[in-house]
Amino acid sequence: MADQLLDAKGLNCPLPILKAKKALKSMDGGKTLEIQSTDPGSVADFAAFCRTTGNELVEQNEEGGVWTYLIRKTG
Amino acid sequence: MSSTDMKPGIDPNTMSIIVTKGSLDWAYPPFILSTTAAAMGLDVTMFFTFYGLPLLMKDLSLQVSSLGNPAMKMPMMGMHMGMPNIVSAIPGVDAAASKMMKNLIKKKGVASIPELRDLAVEADVRMIACQMTLDLFEYSKDDMIEGIEIGGAATYIEVATQSHINLFI
Repeated sequence: MADQLLDAKGLNCPLPILKAKKALKSMDGGKTLEIQSTDPGSVADFAAFCRTTGNELVEQNEEGGVWTYLIRKTG
Repeated sequence: MSSTDMKPGIDPNTMSIIVTKGSLDWAYPPFILSTTAAAMGLDVTMFFTFYGLPLLMKDLSLQVSSLGNPAMKMPMMGMHMGMPNIVSAIPGVDAAASKMMKNLIKKKGVASIPELRDLAVEADVRMIACQMTLDLFEYSKDDMIEGIEIGGAATYIEVATQSHINLFI
């Protein structure tokens, strides 16, 4: 279970990233954030976001057009 | 070797954007890139000049024009429709196209420009308004949002020499 949940369904680029960053900012290091997105572009973008910021993309899944990302705040 | 080696001494996490266009469609690239870069930990500076300057105004009345824009094809009735210039030139057509674009933006979950601009301000994106453009088009700093700076070409060039990524939009 993630420490925090962000529902970014229905939002388009770059809002899922911007809202994820905002959520991560208010979290303590080591905590996890689960993001739900319906934006197909979020797959490449969350990978790039995590590579650049040093946050850990723990896992990602897709089910019925909803992508779920689990990010651990390490950046 | 990383690309950072190309600019020794420059922090790779720095970006500047010269914003020169202020229509509804052209307002997107600079604000999307600046907010995203800031979210990814970059220090971002935006320099607003010429038609980009009105994007800093408190009251935004953004419009899009299909005139001279053959690539602007809107999804309508199951196809993509462009607008012949002779139609685009008719008064009211720009307003209608702008309304259509704003509806589409809302429907597709795309952020509005005021929303993105607020997020840029919140993310401490540095915004510089071009003094010469203010003079030229008779704008005052009071017309603009809070927290911006005023500067000229030399101010921007100094920023550019300290930025790893410099874009002109």
